[in-house]
Amino acid sequence: MDFAWLTTLFTDYTLRTVALGSAILGVVSGTLGSYAVLRRQSLLGDAISHAALPGIALAFLLSGTKLPLVLLLGAALAGWLATLVILAIVRTTPIKEDTALGLVLSVFFGAGLVLLTYIQKLPIASQAGLDTFLFGQAATLVMRDVWTMGILGLLVLLLTLLLWKEFKVLSFDPDFTTTLGFPAQFLNVLLTSLLVVAIVLGLQTVGVVLMSAMVVAPASAARQWTDRLGVMMGLSALFGALAGICGAIASSLVPRLPTGPAIVVCISLMVAFSLLAAPHRGLLWRWLIQRRRRRRIVLQTVLLNLFQLARQHPGQEHGHAVAVLDAMMCGQVSSLPSLRVLAERGWARELEAGKWALTPEGLAEAEKLLHQQEQAS
Amino acid sequence: MNPQAGQMPRHLSQVPIHVEDLTVAYQETPVLWDVDLDVPPGVLMAVVGPNGAGKTTLIKSILGLVKPVAGQVLIYGQPYETQRRLVAYVPQRSSVDWDFPTTALDVVLMGLYGRLGWFRRPGRSEREAALQALAKVGIEELAHRQINQLSGGQQQRVFLARALVQNAQIYLMDEPFQGVDATTESAIITLMQALRAEGKTLLVVHHDLQTVTEYFDWVTLLNVRRIASGPVSEVFTEENLRLTYGGRVPFFTTANGPQATLEAEKKH
Repeated sequence: MDFAWLTTLFTDYTLRTVALGSAILGVVSGTLGSYAVLRRQSLLGDAISHAALPGIALAFLLSGTKLPLVLLLGAALAGWLATLVILAIVRTTPIKEDTALGLVLSVFFGAGLVLLTYIQKLPIASQAGLDTFLFGQAATLVMRDVWTMGILGLLVLLLTLLLWKEFKVLSFDPDFTTTLGFPAQFLNVLLTSLLVVAIVLGLQTVGVVLMSAMVVAPASAARQWTDRLGVMMGLSALFGALAGICGAIASSLVPRLPTGPAIVVCISLMVAFSLLAAPHRGLLWRWLIQRRRRRRIVLQTVLLNLFQLARQHPGQEHGHAVAVLDAMMCGQVSSLPSLRVLAERGWARELEAGKWALTPEGLAEAEKLLHQQEQAS
Repeated sequence: MNPQAGQMPRHLSQVPIHVEDLTVAYQETPVLWDVDLDVPPGVLMAVVGPNGAGKTTLIKSILGLVKPVAGQVLIYGQPYETQRRLVAYVPQRSSVDWDFPTTALDVVLMGLYGRLGWFRRPGRSEREAALQALAKVGIEELAHRQINQLSGGQQQRVFLARALVQNAQIYLMDEPFQGVDATTESAIITLMQALRAEGKTLLVVHHDLQTVTEYFDWVTLLNVRRIASGPVSEVFTEENLRLTYGGRVPFFTTANGPQATLEAEKKH
């Protein structure tokens, strides 16, 4: 196998820049996304990122430049304004949060698309390329952007670390946070603002439409593997970074594969795997537990059925047909596999073809089981 | 035992909870109407009333979590904001998401966050205090258990431990017996009575009328308005219960009347 692409990760300027930028965006959105997911605000990320679009367009119209820093500042302001509007709607009207999110998302995004169309019709040359913010265009990243992302990301992470216990108690029990004397509303706005920064950092690479995936997906995947907030956040950051790097590499290997969507596909695969395979919470794990439980119950039932038959027919040498046992299971399950397991354990034996009976050990086991069941009830 | 237990002090500065003319409304509908209430020191007081009577709202307004339309609450004669440390709060168990990735010990530690103040993290002495509180509610062996693996009763004990660790003078509890097993219920009431014996004041939202006389020494009957408040032996009368749960509820029959009547019928 050819691992030359791995070295290009360090030598190729574009790939290195894109991979680094994507990794930073993955770490920051993975960390803040954990809070968003735990606070059941997954949709908020979607609203913020969509709401950033009119901010980008307005920033371009007002400044006339396409400097990422300027455009992202516009995005941040618009995203922030959107969250404040959502909070205000929830607090002052009977409208519920999900409806408020939907309203703000569509209104802001619609306004963004209108502005974008207007800009594209302007008779100036510099307007081209603004629509790359819809799905992101990582190739436009330069090292200076990565530095900006890195410094802003570091600030966000530092604040998250500094206010660790405050954000934790806020996410678990906001009312209790207030009674402790912390300004819950302020903390709420601050945490949401940090989420806005995390989202804006990713807009250039992943775009407004897909950015919410980077908020929700790493955290949901991480939640599957741990029951500790700190570990969850670390894993979430790691998954985000891995997805960023994988996406960057994939898009450099496959011609015409855009980076943003590639990153989102990578993180989605991680989510799918985590939902399926994680111990305790994974679907596969639960299915295995259920199957084991079911088998044990069938085994016990067959054992007790044999015991009942033995009581009706004195003498251990009397064999009982599998068909009779199956009939006792109401034809729902076949008794034969369980009989074989019982035989393996030395609790039952096949006297002649198709005729089964309990061994003395099996008899004792059945009595013990009956005794247990009586005590349990 | 506090020598003044059960006696209403003359000075407001000695009254743990003083509620005056409290009126709270959600979207025009009054939930509490002109409620006056004094909780004397060292009592274990139940707050009873039908669903929608404003019991939770009363507790939340005392804690400043709900803004009243009118009226005020004083804690030992001062506004709550300056007296926070004296008040511990046990919310309804169902008010939080127990799937939150954290341990029982961690939840109890949250009770100390206020004392720690900004930025500081809990250290060894805080952990010891939290473990002691868990021991007091009888589940210290579950300290490192993920909270979604605890039974309802155990979760309620975690919430109680979180309040205990605050070492407050006043305890406000919202339906601490909801959905817990009999063992936990008796453990909780033993704990409450021990707190009262230490001279603490407890205000407990309670649903089960059968146990009021057995568990509590003071009671407030509430249905939007305060129906009665005082020692159980004096105010927990059939007449007052009828006023609270059944018959005609003065003023707001549309909001609570039919439901209240229905409940009262079920209970009698």
